[in-house]
Amino acid sequence: MTGREPPPAPTPGAPGAGEPGAGPPGARRIGTAVPDLLLTGEHHLCPGCGEPLAVRGLLEAIRHLGLTRRTIAVAGIGCYTSFSMTTDLDLVQALHGRAPSVATGIKRMRPDVIVYTLQGDGDMVNEGLQEVLHTAARGELITCVLLNNGVFGETGGHMTATTVAGQRTKNTLEGRDPARDGHPILIGDLIARLDGAAYVARGSVHHPGAVARTGRMLRRAFETQVAGAGFSFVEVVTMCPTGWFVPTLDGPGYLQETLGTVHVMGELKVDGRIRTTEELRAENTRADAEMRAALARGGIEEP
Amino acid sequence: MNAARPGADLAAATPAPGPATRRLMEGSEAIAEAAIAAGCRFFAGYPMTPFTELLEHFARRLPTVGGVCCNAESELEAVGMAWGAAATGARAATGSTGQGLSLMEESLSEITLAELPLVTFLLARGQQDYHQATRGLGHGDTRHVVLAPIDTHEAVAHTRLAFDLADRWRHPVLVYGDYLLAHTREAVAIGPDGPPPPPKPWAVDGSLGGTGRSRIISPLGFGKVGHPSPGIEAHQRAIAAKQAEIAAAEARIEYGGCDDATTVVVAYGTPARFVRAAVAELRDAGHRIGWVRPVTLWPFPAAALAAAVAGARRVACFELSAGQLIDDVRLAVLGAAPVRPIGGISTDGSGFGVGRLLDTEVIAARILAVHRDEDLPPLPDEPGGAP
Repeated sequence: MTGREPPPAPTPGAPGAGEPGAGPPGARRIGTAVPDLLLTGEHHLCPGCGEPLAVRGLLEAIRHLGLTRRTIAVAGIGCYTSFSMTTDLDLVQALHGRAPSVATGIKRMRPDVIVYTLQGDGDMVNEGLQEVLHTAARGELITCVLLNNGVFGETGGHMTATTVAGQRTKNTLEGRDPARDGHPILIGDLIARLDGAAYVARGSVHHPGAVARTGRMLRRAFETQVAGAGFSFVEVVTMCPTGWFVPTLDGPGYLQETLGTVHVMGELKVDGRIRTTEELRAENTRADAEMRAALARGGIEEP
Repeated sequence: MNAARPGADLAAATPAPGPATRRLMEGSEAIAEAAIAAGCRFFAGYPMTPFTELLEHFARRLPTVGGVCCNAESELEAVGMAWGAAATGARAATGSTGQGLSLMEESLSEITLAELPLVTFLLARGQQDYHQATRGLGHGDTRHVVLAPIDTHEAVAHTRLAFDLADRWRHPVLVYGDYLLAHTREAVAIGPDGPPPPPKPWAVDGSLGGTGRSRIISPLGFGKVGHPSPGIEAHQRAIAAKQAEIAAAEARIEYGGCDDATTVVVAYGTPARFVRAAVAELRDAGHRIGWVRPVTLWPFPAAALAAAVAGARRVACFELSAGQLIDDVRLAVLGAAPVRPIGGISTDGSGFGVGRLLDTEVIAARILAVHRDEDLPPLPDEPGGAP
């Protein structure tokens, strides 16, 4: 027994079956349109929102690791709260910012259960900064997942603690000015420096490769919790074209050019080794240059 | 002395203490021991005088019974941790002083709406947190049951009762004590361990993931898609209706000497013990004076209080605050008799402990002044007061 559940076979009437994604006769189906652990494919989020992609990665990680029947979710307050009603896991709805403490109480009383929080940047990095830092420092055996779009999406596009310099929000119409509005917090770097944190990563969902890599980060975070190695944390940078005041299709590009250059993708702490966002940026720049050079030479050789 | 309380008998809810099982302990220790005997297995708190010792006792004792005590980094986190523990079905508690409870109020309100049975211990600095305790502890239309023990023995009974009431109603219960209660040593019996807590099918344990029957515990009135969900307005109305039911069922009061009294004194918590003694002395001297003690501050025993003071020509209200309990007393009496304040703000130099007003002689002199329709005598160190 590997402890892993097999991929679900499409069955008539199951979520995803018969939907356009199932394809015509003879087509090879490579995945369900709706993740197994969602009760419905419907949600109330805006077109172009990145949060459903992140939630899919999260739920697929739980499914993949065979944790479906032993997981308790704790949800914060933000746009993603609509998934509280559609996620097919036992769930406690917490207040804005307070999910890590609620998750702590659950985990301490049910150490056999996998516990995660789902929070936005306003929830975790503004309102609840001390909660997540203290929880990480305690080495609480939970996983905190941050959906970071650099804006209060639910209130309609206001500045958060992760809004990057120059980013336009409803209360920084000319762009966030560090001289007046301060600097964005790189929450992953703060957490990585705490001894209680065992795994810290920052993913993104602005292109398919990033989605796949973020899925691996989420799996690794839950594996860390299963192993009892310490606190685990995954930040997922997500698109919010509505809150960024850009056309829907421009969301991924805007993410790459603005938030993505500050909240850089990569693993910030693995097996005790810390890499700062600065180091990740340098690595990404180097890898990008190598990729461009290889493409200029006519292609990338298989290793 | 009469004890009146609609519904169940308070004494029946707690085992009668036997002299053989008594042990000398301070109020904080007695509360922690009573909580553990009642099945409490989770506590989270943040040190603050005079609440600190309660946290110390839980930190020492809970691990010995397989429980957990979290040293929270703030009151915000303490109440959040207790929220999560209660959601798993465990008997869970938190607490602080009035200052700390101010920080917890957002969560305490939402815990009420989430219908979680949480017990909170308010070990206050004096009695200036009456409005805080009885006006819902935060935002929205929420109220907590508030028990106000007069001494350590009753604190033990109230602690055990608090966990039972919290589970019975799926509603938070507050035990409101003070510096005197927390730090006074008395010979007290905790009694045997209570029965196991009732089953809680609503509690989350993670086992229903992927079944289509997974649970949600939410203050927002939302259910999972495909399951009946009241929506936020109906949910809040249902909570209000439940609170009305609690108000009708759980009001408790104690009174004495009211049958022939022309003056009745109202007091709650540990100061009521001093008032009771002062009234006994005045009655011995032939004065027709009685006393009333609300045992629950919410629900406030308004009807029973009005009945107890029905024959009185005047009501005096003794509380260690600028005047908070007196609002509820006046609402209960509804103008049938004048209600005069005879307490006031009174602390020691630290602001935590007992001030000069908490003195049976001082209280008796003030009661007598009201009884004779005279001005209140000055306090000992006020101009004109006794040296």
